[in-house]
Amino acid sequence: MPLQSSPHTQDRMPVSRLMQWVLLATLPGALALFVFFGWGVLINLLLCAGFALAFEALILWLRDRPIKATLLDYSALVTAVLLGLSLPPLLPWWMTILGIGFAIVFAKHLFGGLGFNPFNPAMVGYVLLLISFPAQMTAWLPPQSLAANPASLWETLHFIFTGSGPAGETIEQIRAGLDGFTMATPLDHFKTNQGLGFRTEEILDSPVYGGLAGVGWQWVNLGFLAGGLLLAFKKIISWRISLAMLIGITVMAALLWGVDTDAFASPLLHLLSGATMLGAFFIATDPITAATTRKGRWIFGLGIGALTILIRTFGGYPDAVAFAVLLFNMAVPTIDYYTRPRVYGHQKSGHKKAGHKKFGEKS
Amino acid sequence: MPPDAIRLHEFPGGVHPPEHKSESSETPIAALPLPELLSLPLTARSGPTTPLVEVGETVRKGQLIAEGKGAISVHLHAPTSGTVEGIRELPLPHPSGLTGPCLLLRADGEETWEKLPPLDWRTEARQILLDRIQDAGIAGLGGASFPSHIKLAITAPVDTLIINAAECEPYITCDDRLMRERAAEIIEGTVIAKTVLGCERVILGIEDNKPAAIDAMREAIDTAEVTVEIAVVPTKYPSGGEKQLIQILTGQEVPSGKLPVDMGIVMQNVGTLYAIKRAIVDGEPLISRVVTVTGEAIDRPGNYEVLLGTPFSHLLEETGAGTYSQLIMGGPMMGFELEDPAMPVIKATNCLLAPAPGELPRQGVELPCIRCGACANVCPASLLPQQLYWFARAGEFDKAEEHRLMDCIECGACAYVCPSDIPLVHYYRYAKSEIRTRFLDRLKADHAKERFDARNQRLERLKQERKERHKKAQEARLKQARDKGELDEKKASIEAALKRVEAKKARQQDPASPAPGADKES
Ligand code: SF4
Ligand code: SF4
Repeated sequence: MPLQSSPHTQDRMPVSRLMQWVLLATLPGALALFVFFGWGVLINLLLCAGFALAFEALILWLRDRPIKATLLDYSALVTAVLLGLSLPPLLPWWMTILGIGFAIVFAKHLFGGLGFNPFNPAMVGYVLLLISFPAQMTAWLPPQSLAANPASLWETLHFIFTGSGPAGETIEQIRAGLDGFTMATPLDHFKTNQGLGFRTEEILDSPVYGGLAGVGWQWVNLGFLAGGLLLAFKKIISWRISLAMLIGITVMAALLWGVDTDAFASPLLHLLSGATMLGAFFIATDPITAATTRKGRWIFGLGIGALTILIRTFGGYPDAVAFAVLLFNMAVPTIDYYTRPRVYGHQKSGHKKAGHKKFGEKS
Repeated sequence: MPPDAIRLHEFPGGVHPPEHKSESSETPIAALPLPELLSLPLTARSGPTTPLVEVGETVRKGQLIAEGKGAISVHLHAPTSGTVEGIRELPLPHPSGLTGPCLLLRADGEETWEKLPPLDWRTEARQILLDRIQDAGIAGLGGASFPSHIKLAITAPVDTLIINAAECEPYITCDDRLMRERAAEIIEGTVIAKTVLGCERVILGIEDNKPAAIDAMREAIDTAEVTVEIAVVPTKYPSGGEKQLIQILTGQEVPSGKLPVDMGIVMQNVGTLYAIKRAIVDGEPLISRVVTVTGEAIDRPGNYEVLLGTPFSHLLEETGAGTYSQLIMGGPMMGFELEDPAMPVIKATNCLLAPAPGELPRQGVELPCIRCGACANVCPASLLPQQLYWFARAGEFDKAEEHRLMDCIECGACAYVCPSDIPLVHYYRYAKSEIRTRFLDRLKADHAKERFDARNQRLERLKQERKERHKKAQEARLKQARDKGELDEKKASIEAALKRVEAKKARQQDPASPAPGADKES
């Protein structure tokens, strides 16, 4: 047995266990999605999970890497679940597979695999689909309670695998609300009507809103918040990033709202809509693609939050967490470089090169 | 007595590994039966020594057997009486796994002492005390083994002596036991060190997990009527690191690349202070030390007074060792694995840890870094261990240096928490040694270049001088010829002279043509 270098003891949570905790923590939010949006959520998750493992195994085999050990680190499953939870419930099966394939093969393995990928793979897959198929990717169902024709398991399967219902229904029919109109997500609805010149008050009159924010969506967000708090409490994710992102969202939304309550959505609506909580606790906190320094994590989170609101409000897509995360993923090396902590025995913080002396140089 | 009113400061990071102290801390320090054969490395951590005895010679206990030669090496004394059996190249108890010459001493069981005359530190001159500390071969017993006579001989003004009694490594209790049982002697050694340093302030830094030792030390301090501030610091690894303890006690940081003494602080470990007292008051050189022998594989764990040179295998036998997964000299956080139980106890040995299989998790498969930042959260030096790791791995040593790799104290806290099981400290040691090697190479290259340039200049100068000489000689001959007025012969003479000059030139220039790299002259 080769001699081992110190330390000879450890107290760590192995990567696989970290990932298992993340999976576990998605349960409340996933359950809420399932309750409000039906079987499609489950089918998307299963499709993503199955194909993520298959793609991962294939690529590992091609790269001549240990297959079983890597599959058991659960990282591919986490990517699958995060993407699966972000997809609209009736997305055609091949789009789902394309998304997860792109996430695993390109976003993860072409960069060198786990630990080497600069971008969050699930978000890369998501954005690829969103840009390529904007219509399908924004075609969310109304919450079951508001739907005129809630899709049964059989109908859902039919839609996902054939593109239409068992009796030839179109997706628009399934998306109809009780009032007969096609229903959008709370953010989408807000954006569209804002564009049409409606005032906030009038927009919020729609049945998609109710309670704290959007019907269904508020519970989904609260579910992810609950799971996220568990992860933060277990120190599995960096609470700084999550908190910073929520602060970024709140502050930016409040600023706009303060300027004109009639034209913009309230911070609360933003906090409990779309991918806010999923993003704050499960996506921005992906350690591999996030900033690593303490200060850097604050900047990273604040930036994502603020940018999310800006794109949601002024951009072309109703939600923006994925774009904001990817943009800040890109900024991570710079953020990390300029936020290095001051090292013991040094006057200046790390990035100020003035204090840097080579080993052996006289001071 | 002043109240314990030191304001404590916190150092960033740190970890709380399971302490495992009670296994060894509850029994008194015990003696061990004499080993038959002792092996005394002549190359200590601090430098080489020259043996002063012949093979076959009989030596007495405490006799000087090897002299420290280097600037920072310490003397070596016979730990017991016996016969010098030989000097052999053997593996040394050192993380490098190197071998070195070891003096083998066969004990005769007589234990006939040869002590030094006791000194009265109250009246003796400072230099006499320093000489004695050197003569007694005292080196820091906390692990770094720096010669004490050099540390205490400092002429820069020192205002604070810190007694390092933190003992923050898990499992190790030798300082704890020593304080509980021999507090008065430690305090006497402290007063001696304080006298030699001429400092005002003495602080005892001790972790709060050693209440019995704190009581014993407090009592000894009261009895001796000396002023020692007792700072009970919260238990957190690595509070016993020199830099960290200074930060806890003073709120100041040792500037990078400087030593505590540059801030007017000298730190001594309790074991060293005890050894200083023995050397001066009792005339005993450093020939033994207290070693914690512990781990689940040990039947009778505890602290033992062990002669230097005692093979670890002797310790294992005498304490009833069963099956162990590995042998570690030092603690689980910073100790190193011993390759061979036949290696001897040296001055730096504070602990022999023999964990039973499964007691300590062994290094598993190294997974990719997931940049979780757990390592940065626990680093007491506020480094970014994962970035250092990336740079070390990629061979980007300049970047590693820029990220302050050289300020890493190798405490192992980062690797202790890494979820990917990356042996981070191993990477840092490798990168540091690369950086040191490159620095030395650079030095050598600079040196070689200087020598090469100097040689070229010298050759150029010689050539010029030769030219001058020839010109002068030629002129002289011409003048001679002119003076004699032998105009007819003049031409012939000049020609002959020129020919001679040319021939000589050709002869001389050939071997003098510069050959780079073949310089053997300087
Ligand atoms: S603890 Fe290990 S896995 Fe986490 S950032 Fe540090 S080196 Fe990477
Ligand atoms: S070994 Fe070095 S990098 Fe790791 S925690 Fe200790 S000082 Fe920091």
